[in-house]
Amino acid sequence: MSAPTLSPAAEGAAPLVVVRGVSKVYERGRERIEVLHRVDLDIPKGDFLALMGPSGSGKSTLLNMIAGLDLPTEGALSVAGRRIDRMSATELARWRAANVGFVFQFYNLLPALSAHKNVELPLLLTRLSAARRRRHAAIALELVGLADRATHKPSELSGGQQQRVAIARAIVSDPTLLVCDEPTGDLDRHSAEEVLTLLQRLNREFGKTMIMVTHDPKAAEFARHILHLDKGTLVEQTEPASPDPA
Amino acid sequence: MKYLPLLLAALLRKKARMILTLLSVAAAFTLFGMLDAVRVAFNAPQSVVGIDRLITSSRLSLIQPLPYAYLARIESTPGVAAVTYASWFGGIYQDPKNFFPNFPVEPESYLDMYPELVLPEAQRQAFLKTRTGAVVGQALADLFGWSIGDKIPLRPTIYPHRDGGEVWTFDLVGIFKAAQPELRSSEKQMLFHHTYFDEGREIGQGTVGWYGVRVEDASRADQVAQAIDRQFANSAFETRTQSERDFQLAFAKQIGDIGLIVIAIMAAVFFTLLLLTGNAMAQSIRERIPELAVLKTLGFTNAAVLLLVLTEALVLLLLGGLLGLLLADLALPIIGEASSGQLDVAMPAETWGLGIALMLGIGVAVGLPPAVKAMRLRIVDALAGR
Repeated sequence: MSAPTLSPAAEGAAPLVVVRGVSKVYERGRERIEVLHRVDLDIPKGDFLALMGPSGSGKSTLLNMIAGLDLPTEGALSVAGRRIDRMSATELARWRAANVGFVFQFYNLLPALSAHKNVELPLLLTRLSAARRRRHAAIALELVGLADRATHKPSELSGGQQQRVAIARAIVSDPTLLVCDEPTGDLDRHSAEEVLTLLQRLNREFGKTMIMVTHDPKAAEFARHILHLDKGTLVEQTEPASPDPA
Repeated sequence: MKYLPLLLAALLRKKARMILTLLSVAAAFTLFGMLDAVRVAFNAPQSVVGIDRLITSSRLSLIQPLPYAYLARIESTPGVAAVTYASWFGGIYQDPKNFFPNFPVEPESYLDMYPELVLPEAQRQAFLKTRTGAVVGQALADLFGWSIGDKIPLRPTIYPHRDGGEVWTFDLVGIFKAAQPELRSSEKQMLFHHTYFDEGREIGQGTVGWYGVRVEDASRADQVAQAIDRQFANSAFETRTQSERDFQLAFAKQIGDIGLIVIAIMAAVFFTLLLLTGNAMAQSIRERIPELAVLKTLGFTNAAVLLLVLTEALVLLLLGGLLGLLLADLALPIIGEASSGQLDVAMPAETWGLGIALMLGIGVAVGLPPAVKAMRLRIVDALAGR
């Protein structure tokens, strides 16, 4: 089976993410659980991909491996031409810092830090001066519409606001790839739409390549493409019901 | 420095626990600072003053007197330049808590032997000429508000007066000062005439507590000491001649091995501290596993996370420890004042150095296990709460 290539915009261009024959097996005692089975996938630069599937289908595992949080048991994984499955833990950490932004279901902000300091966190790993770090964090917060909440602690923000701070943290270092694991799973419908609109805007206006894991078909509607996984294999590719006008 | 907010955020995450842990560290190091200052004071090498001086006392016990007749024999020992003598009187001024050392001495030879006790010439002459005369150190005079001309009554604890009186009365004729600031503790003693003491006491006439000996050549002090002791070997009053420092240590050890006592107490305190802060750190890291996983997700390397947690433990120990040592440093003069100068010790640089080394050592001991645990976190497991 040839690897699905998802974005028409990427035709003829080298894909940003290349997944070839990737499998992931967990061993629990004598039990061997194959979570992903020989997955092939190309994701072009600038795409917004939604990964859907039932619990245990392997979508989060695939997302974690593309984001460099986990390594495949076999197969090859390249992002922007670099084989991340061959990197050491330290190389992967540095690669993530420079190339990947993360948005989690439960925001995962540091509770003792203000919104501004949370957004500034990834920049601590760069050589930027303190003044430039502050400036970049302020811009990112402004972009998500929370400039006036910069000094607030996460506990002083609503769920939707916390997720927007998390998005600001994800984009502050201008990563190549944005990965979102159930970004609206903990939000009410209104906040979820705000967050998804923001993610869509980042994709459309800033060209961010995004991969989002979601259970929610309405959330998946905001993506350019939807991939369905089941029992560790890609089973179907669909287009959103309200296709991206771009 | 850029990681400071991250460090503070980790430390201040649970303020009450942080403050309580900090206070327990501070309390442990306050105790350490005070006890170690006492240990150092007891073990400190003496000033170069007195390196040519020896003390000859009874081989059996410090409280066992020696015959006065030994004076001439010690004086005639080759290598001996001068000899003086003194005894322990143990008099009480008004109240037992007003304890200070008071010695009957042979005035002229004693003041010659100990030139670090600086007495104005006129007062020295008055002391030599006045049979009931006494001189005290400036610190002691300040403590009790004494001035020259005062009569000082001391109640005897060992030597009752033969006239049946309940006190010995002395005329204060001089106030001496220490020649060097580090010898200021010598200003807390009182000296008076051994002749007056010997004539007035009911028991022990013709004996002295110990002899002070100055040798001609400090490098030959050991040989001179052995020569003195050889003369009195196998007699009823065998002697032990030792350096002033050894004599003072032996005197202090009458109440026990100070160093060993301090080490035993501190070992118990630090063991408890180790368990307490170790538990606090481990608990703090357990609670922050998702946060540490987020840091690793964002690109903090394993080594960076290890250093972050380790630094957190070190900062906790250093903050609490330095606060504790500072409190000890402030408390020691107050305790010295409250004890009427009996415990006049200051915290030396050695204690600060040892204290900081202990803070770093304990910090590493309590910080390393959770730091290694944080370093080994698998991001996907930690984020999934596994």
